[in-house]
Amino acid sequence: MEVNSIEKGIVIDHIKAGTGLKILDHLGINKAGVMIALIMNASSKKQEKKDIIKVEGVTDIDITALGLLDHNATVNIIENKKIVKKIHLSLPKVVTNIIKCKNPRCVTSVEPALTHKFLLVDEEKKEYSCEYCEETIKVNENGF
Amino acid sequence: MAKKRDLIEPLDFSKKELEELFKLSEKIIKDEKKFAKCCETKLLATLFYEPSTRTRFSFEAAMLRLGGKVIGFSGSENSSAAKGESIRDTIKTVSCYADIAVIRHHKEGSALVAKNASDMPIINGGDGGHQHPTQTLTDLLTIYREKKRFDNIKIGLCGDLKFGRTVHSLIKALSRYENITFYLISPEELVLPDYVMRYIKESKSCKYIEERDLNSGIKNLDILYMTRVQRERFFNEDDYLRLKDFYILDEKKMRFAREDMIVLHPLPRVNEIDPKVDDDKRAKYFDQAKNGMYVRMALIITLLGIKVK
Repeated sequence: MEVNSIEKGIVIDHIKAGTGLKILDHLGINKAGVMIALIMNASSKKQEKKDIIKVEGVTDIDITALGLLDHNATVNIIENKKIVKKIHLSLPKVVTNIIKCKNPRCVTSVEPALTHKFLLVDEEKKEYSCEYCEETIKVNENGF
Repeated sequence: MAKKRDLIEPLDFSKKELEELFKLSEKIIKDEKKFAKCCETKLLATLFYEPSTRTRFSFEAAMLRLGGKVIGFSGSENSSAAKGESIRDTIKTVSCYADIAVIRHHKEGSALVAKNASDMPIINGGDGGHQHPTQTLTDLLTIYREKKRFDNIKIGLCGDLKFGRTVHSLIKALSRYENITFYLISPEELVLPDYVMRYIKESKSCKYIEERDLNSGIKNLDILYMTRVQRERFFNEDDYLRLKDFYILDEKKMRFAREDMIVLHPLPRVNEIDPKVDDDKRAKYFDQAKNGMYVRMALIITLLGIKVK
């Protein structure tokens, strides 16, 4: 299968196979009206299979959110059909307004206009703690 | 202008600052008259969305004994919260009138919301099942006065460790000291939340032992901290009724405890300590309540930045 290279934009590579569509949805790129290619289950040297997303005309995406969704993915910024920047992702130390606290006793469940902030407390277990109630959330249990 | 100070969670004060606070508390206990007018131009707002006897009264008594004045409400039905006003808006309004405020609210993290919305110092008077740092000051002052140390302590925490905010705050505060052993005595359903367990696991020299039975470990303890199973934290009444009398400290159990062990309880108690234990010299929970007022006097003075010569 052949997908044309892009002139200017982003290639998100090494996405965990089968999760590309979810990532597109979470990042909201699919609603931006730009040209997108989603390749699923592509063969890979690093992984057995991977997904790849190519976005034409966009170079600015939410790296924090992407790091949370799949910190093993890589982001290539393309200009004039060449990679000008390669970004290796990691789990963000602080996550703001991406995940919401599920503790019904947390003040975020009633108080309007609060910033939902989570702090990384255990990188290995991918655990974050709510700034307000300290409830622990596992990223992979959060629908990602 | 000095930076605003608040007390939202136990680690807001360093160990050194805590030591200074306890020294000031001792000075107040020894010579209260000296402090009788130091807050006479100051106003404390008590914003109690949740019922309280000890915490509210001790704060009000503390401010009045310092010569200050008090305004406030008790019960969210007596505030604009009943009309749907946010915590943020209430705090912003109250900070136009008062110099310092204490907030108790049933939602976890509510005191942090208040702190972020306010220019005046905010004290967390208990935020749901999360933290209760001024009770921790009370507990620590009592330990300081009775044991003269915070290091090398074996403390049993018994009862509702899941929703017991006083336990959460006390563990967080004590985890900074050396060689603390926590005996965590609770039914399976009311074990310590993961985030509190993390305080112990991340500390370098503290350890924990989980127990289901109060009898088995009591002989080892320097301090036994009893707690109430809190009806108001349960969504299911049947669960509360099943667990409420899981542990009862009585004279028979006290016979197994050391002569120098002390019994603490944040109060109110229901059935978890037999009233006959009150006469035992090791029962210190009413002394603890009195210490609470003095340490809150010291806290108000400190947060307002008042110097008393």
